[in-house]
Amino acid sequence: MLIIDSEKCIGCGVCEEDCPFDAITVVDGCAVVNDNCTLCGSCVDTCEPEALHIEGAEKINKVNLEEWSGIWVFAEFRHGAIAPVSFELLGIGRKLADQRGVPLSAILFGSGVEEQTPSLIACGADIVYFADDPQLEYFREDVYGRVLEELVRTHKPEVILAGATAIGRSFIPLVANSLNAGLTADCTQLDIREEDGMLLQTRPAFGGNIMATIECPYSRPQMATVRPKVMKPAEPDPARQGELIRVTPSPEALDSQVQVLETVRSEQDNVNIQEVEILVSGGRGLENEKGFEIIRELAEELGGAVAASRAAVDAGWISYPHQVGQTGKTVCPKLYIACGISGAIQHAVGMQSADTIVAINRDENAPIFDFATYSLVGDLFEIVPILINKIKENRGQ
Amino acid sequence: MNILVCIKQVPDTKDVRLDPETNTMSREGVESIMNPFDRYAVEEAVRIREELGGTVTALSMGPPQAVAVLKEAISCGADDGVLVSDRAFAGADTWATSYTLSQAARSLGDFDLILCGKQAIDGDTAQVGPGLACQMEIPFVTCVQKVRSITEELILVERMMDDGFDVVQLPLPALLTVVKDINEPRVPSLKGKMKAKKAEIETLSAADIKADEKCIGLAGSPTQVVNVFTPPPRGDRTVFSGTPEEQVSQLVKQLKNYL
Repeated sequence: MLIIDSEKCIGCGVCEEDCPFDAITVVDGCAVVNDNCTLCGSCVDTCEPEALHIEGAEKINKVNLEEWSGIWVFAEFRHGAIAPVSFELLGIGRKLADQRGVPLSAILFGSGVEEQTPSLIACGADIVYFADDPQLEYFREDVYGRVLEELVRTHKPEVILAGATAIGRSFIPLVANSLNAGLTADCTQLDIREEDGMLLQTRPAFGGNIMATIECPYSRPQMATVRPKVMKPAEPDPARQGELIRVTPSPEALDSQVQVLETVRSEQDNVNIQEVEILVSGGRGLENEKGFEIIRELAEELGGAVAASRAAVDAGWISYPHQVGQTGKTVCPKLYIACGISGAIQHAVGMQSADTIVAINRDENAPIFDFATYSLVGDLFEIVPILINKIKENRGQ
Repeated sequence: MNILVCIKQVPDTKDVRLDPETNTMSREGVESIMNPFDRYAVEEAVRIREELGGTVTALSMGPPQAVAVLKEAISCGADDGVLVSDRAFAGADTWATSYTLSQAARSLGDFDLILCGKQAIDGDTAQVGPGLACQMEIPFVTCVQKVRSITEELILVERMMDDGFDVVQLPLPALLTVVKDINEPRVPSLKGKMKAKKAEIETLSAADIKADEKCIGLAGSPTQVVNVFTPPPRGDRTVFSGTPEEQVSQLVKQLKNYL
């Protein structure tokens, strides 16, 4: 509960303005909280007279924190390859492990995965736990969840990191729930507090308009998913040495009534827009399906992939996996070129964390120009071909 | 086929613009709406009921004003709506929310299928669907883009993956989270709106769902928000001027690292 000390409250209204949930109003010179309160605590921090505090309740899921040690990274394996985000996690995982003075372990599930283990050790893992079983060939939430849960209960790691991918975001919540552990989705920053080993997990909320730092003070493991391309990948060192541990999951963990009957890879040009460094994105301004031809051409010249706004997807010009924004994907490439996209907030929340944003739009008042790094006002059908030519010229030099 | 659809009331961001100076979103005058992904879950539930018969119950956890989204679900075809609401739920993270919804679902009876949106647009965690399946001890699949077929015992779905899709069969009862590709939600009919207007939304408290007080709200939440802050504003912005050629020349100079 949020407790308001009416003696201390001066009715200044700072909390009312500051509350992201419209949960506080000042009535007769004193703050009053309503049912919208989520106990986020932002008012407590900004209250100068210290009139607000949150009264905690007894935690059910307290564990002995001392028993849990080591940093784990889930290495995602699908269609014969380890997902690039896994190497980014090993990069940050290595740092956290060194800060804590504990080993970094990679967890690998699949069928025929043993040959993949050296790349994980080269990228920083001290130990690789791998489960190699035909039952693990295809991703199934329940099987992957139970196998990881068994491993966690046996080895008790203090931290588990996974990619915020279709697979990670699907089964990691199951594991966290089974273990009564805290899980923070889509972290953009991870730090360890030296004194007590607390993992400080920072993530965007409200589509990136607010950042929140989250801790798990009483539970272990501390679990977090991290979006692709947020962390720097580890530099491989083929000379690194590590330990390989083969894991045999229990028959109960592998048993499932869920069946993957088929796994289909999209034929279309690189649909995994979360894993590329350069995105060229098209919106309503492309006017029709044909408009995407120059977008594709530019993407190809830059070695990037094609993305789209909701308007373009809803018009049927390009498929849903390319959609960026609130009801599509969140991307953070190095370079995002928005062509004929107005930049409504629903789109902005999906791409505003890109390093560099280029906007090309005819309407000089388009909202996209409010947050684009570089703005070009004009007809995209005129500008984009010139840009393609210049890039070609540049390469020729 | 008895279907439960979990929905959430979230702030609407439709008319909001980012403040270019501070890069923050103004919430002033922002209305509350049904989480966009949940519309697809409601529509899919109604379609399945139309095929197989049965009931569609919409369930939401939230403050008393969340009744509005339950009424909206009824106007879109749900048979009834139930709100779980209690000050004791405040501060719930995804663990406590999953627990609370599971207790509510149990108190409402047996369901063959539970549908959720892929994620809510305010938190974006996508954790409550899987968490609820875990608490209910039923199998689940996330990011379903198509229900290929469903019988009383089995459901066959396409699950969206990063590189394509998987075709997955699972036994019922089960839980699915859905993405927007799955269907085109209908507009509420006049009859639906009338029904929603008259509908009584049952409200359940923590005691009604026999929730363990140590598992709800802040007490039941393993994660704790320790700091909330505005992200640093984006760096400099440059608006090029001149002819298209001139603008592109200036851009190419700036982008030379990428070319």
